[in-house]
Amino acid sequence: MVVEKDMNKTRPKHLALHKIKLPLAGYVSILHRVSGAILFLALPLLLAMLDQSLRSIETFTNLAEYLDHALVKLALIGMLWAFLHHFFAGLRYLAIDLHLLHGLSGARASSRWVLAVSLALTVVMGVKLW
Amino acid sequence: MVNRIVTGAHYGLRDWLAQRVTAAVMAVYVSAVAGWALLQPALGYDVWTELFSGNMMRSFSLLFLLSLFYHAWIGVRDIVMDYVKPASVRLLIHVSVILALILYVIWAVQILWGL
Repeated sequence: MVVEKDMNKTRPKHLALHKIKLPLAGYVSILHRVSGAILFLALPLLLAMLDQSLRSIETFTNLAEYLDHALVKLALIGMLWAFLHHFFAGLRYLAIDLHLLHGLSGARASSRWVLAVSLALTVVMGVKLW
Repeated sequence: MVNRIVTGAHYGLRDWLAQRVTAAVMAVYVSAVAGWALLQPALGYDVWTELFSGNMMRSFSLLFLLSLFYHAWIGVRDIVMDYVKPASVRLLIHVSVILALILYVIWAVQILWGL
């Protein structure tokens, strides 16, 4: 017991992030967290946009003009990716919870799909937005 | 014995389930609105406000936003529990996030019903 306790105390922490090699599902997972945080922080902006878009034709036009700036468009595309990744990674988790995905191969293949589909849709919608 | 702390999780299935139910609600709403947008030949002010003019759409939009806020709360709490250790800082962040989300609820009602 004593030995075990001492071992626990001296157990090294491997937190050299650049040395940790995540499996594909690990990247989907951490990006799900990152994209969720981005979306949460963007909430006031998104609500303000909804507000301005519905208030009147003037505020709608103003908003459209504002969103036409290159930097704003880049930020929008970033948020679009965050949304799409969070959406598809979330659907993957729901599928896992419903036991629709099986084994390591299922985890890997679905991770690849989530990363690919969200990136591809970001490009397609981003090009359209630009 | 689980060490229950005020800034921890609720040690049960409720939040876990709520996160998934709210996710499903949002997925249905977003798919419906995205499908609607794809069917529109042009997305201008008239079509946009027409979509939000009925009480049905306003109610489902509010349901979507309430699901989003609850979902966001669970997600933010999970992130804070993982990376923020001092209970005082955690509590401060938790209270700030909850208050912000409650303000968003009020704001969402004002936006949707044009107040």
